[in-house]
Amino acid sequence: MPEETLPLSVSARSQESELALGWIMNEFDPNTALSSVGRFFRRMLERWKQFPEQVKRLTVLLGVVVFALLTARTMLVPADFGKYGHYRASAVDEIAALPIQYAGHEICNECHDDVVETKAAGFHKNVGCEVCHGPAAAHTEDVEAGELLAPRGREGCPLCHEYLPSRPTGFPQIVSASHNPVKPCIACHEAHDPKPPETPKECSACHATIARSKAISHHAYVACTRCHEAPDEHKEDPRSFRPSKPEARAFCAGCHDDDTAGKEGIPQIDQTTHEERYVCWQCHYPHLPEAQ
Amino acid sequence: MNRAIPSVTDKSQQRRSFLKTLALSFAALIIPGIVVARDKLDNIKDWVVGDGYRPADHRWGMGLDISKCIGCGRCVDACKKENNVPLEPFFFRTWVERYRILSKGETLIDSPGGAIDSFRADAPEDTVLRSFFVPKLCNQCEHAPCVQVCPVGATFSTPDGVVLVDAEHCVGCRYCIQACPYGARFLHPETRTAEKCTFCYHRVTKGLAPACVEACPTQARVFGEVEKKASPLVRFLRMNKIAVLKPFLNTKPQVYYTGFDMEVR
Repeated sequence: MPEETLPLSVSARSQESELALGWIMNEFDPNTALSSVGRFFRRMLERWKQFPEQVKRLTVLLGVVVFALLTARTMLVPADFGKYGHYRASAVDEIAALPIQYAGHEICNECHDDVVETKAAGFHKNVGCEVCHGPAAAHTEDVEAGELLAPRGREGCPLCHEYLPSRPTGFPQIVSASHNPVKPCIACHEAHDPKPPETPKECSACHATIARSKAISHHAYVACTRCHEAPDEHKEDPRSFRPSKPEARAFCAGCHDDDTAGKEGIPQIDQTTHEERYVCWQCHYPHLPEAQ
Repeated sequence: MNRAIPSVTDKSQQRRSFLKTLALSFAALIIPGIVVARDKLDNIKDWVVGDGYRPADHRWGMGLDISKCIGCGRCVDACKKENNVPLEPFFFRTWVERYRILSKGETLIDSPGGAIDSFRADAPEDTVLRSFFVPKLCNQCEHAPCVQVCPVGATFSTPDGVVLVDAEHCVGCRYCIQACPYGARFLHPETRTAEKCTFCYHRVTKGLAPACVEACPTQARVFGEVEKKASPLVRFLRMNKIAVLKPFLNTKPQVYYTGFDMEVR
């Protein structure tokens, strides 16, 4: 008969809670509460005495171990560990307080404004002073104490300017073994305003990777200027005065069209039908045409 | 007989009180944690390091333009000098790799001495299809595996997004070196503690750029705030197509590359 149990259990519960509330309201007495705490501890002690001996010993041992571990932990974990996260907060201050070696490119201007001014107009304007002269923080503190590097031989410049095929094209590069081998760089070049002592005659002075590819190709004897018209200013200010590039298929067809007479031995195609949707250099690399 | 058949109401009462207890005990477990964490976050906002530098106001990152890198190794040199990194050719906080992809598909990657003395133009046997330099350093991951594995809390992320190592607290277990997917960490031979790039934290907190950025002659390295609008890095991120190393690891690197090649790893 589940229907009958329903009201019974609910009313029993509510009666119970009413009783408890009534007890707190009317019969709670702090003194009896205190004595009841005392009673509780006495009872705990009695129960502790009833424990078997081995359990008592194990419990004491466990207590000692836990205490020792907690003590060790408090001693080993640094005081400010966990202040801002799971790390020692003062470690950040310690790292931030480390001494600097590189003073930064701005401070040099305070004394060497003449050099900075020369440099600001040249190709090395974005090259910081400390790139060549080494860390200068000590020098800015005490001019006498901090000695700076001044690479006057051939050891410094080739680090950036030695020919490496992996370097971006257009970056001025030399092969130091064949580029005036015994002369120091500064004999001809002013490092703060680096201009070639004479304007480069050969395109290969800067475009070494292309020049090398071209040298082993069928275009070896085609001069760069045959396809690229370079204004004279390009040699002094390469990025502002760009050389031209062929724009149309007709340019290559000047040699490679089968109508062109007197070009024996040159691969020729009919430019009206040969892949007419593309310009030539989309498929053929002119500096190293595939027909080697 | 009443006892033998448990009533439906009793059951639902039991369930209700069970769920109540469950919710309460979960709350008791979680709420103190949330309160403490919120407290710490509030503390971090007022945290001042050194001379008035507030880590919570910043978020640092670095951009690397592969097409501008000339592989001169000035960054490697500057980094070693700035941070007293041992000169032996196998301890690096930053290094430069040369990638040479040969026409037959093979890729040669080298970094002699971390490129501290640049590279030599030795020609590989096959013709080189394309070639470039890739500067590498700690990626200062937002979700850094090294931070996660450190058993003593000696490596951690600062509020400005830099992963640092507390050399005093580090026990030198090398776990973080194993965990780093970018090979950016090493064990310092003298202190026997883990070391790595700190984005030159001691410089950044003084308003200076990291030493490698200072030393880069071609501005292949760009350093700045990731979030603020007036930052060279934000311009770098806006103007270029960006890639990060090993994005599939979900480490969220704060070092961004442009001019990235499929072969870079």
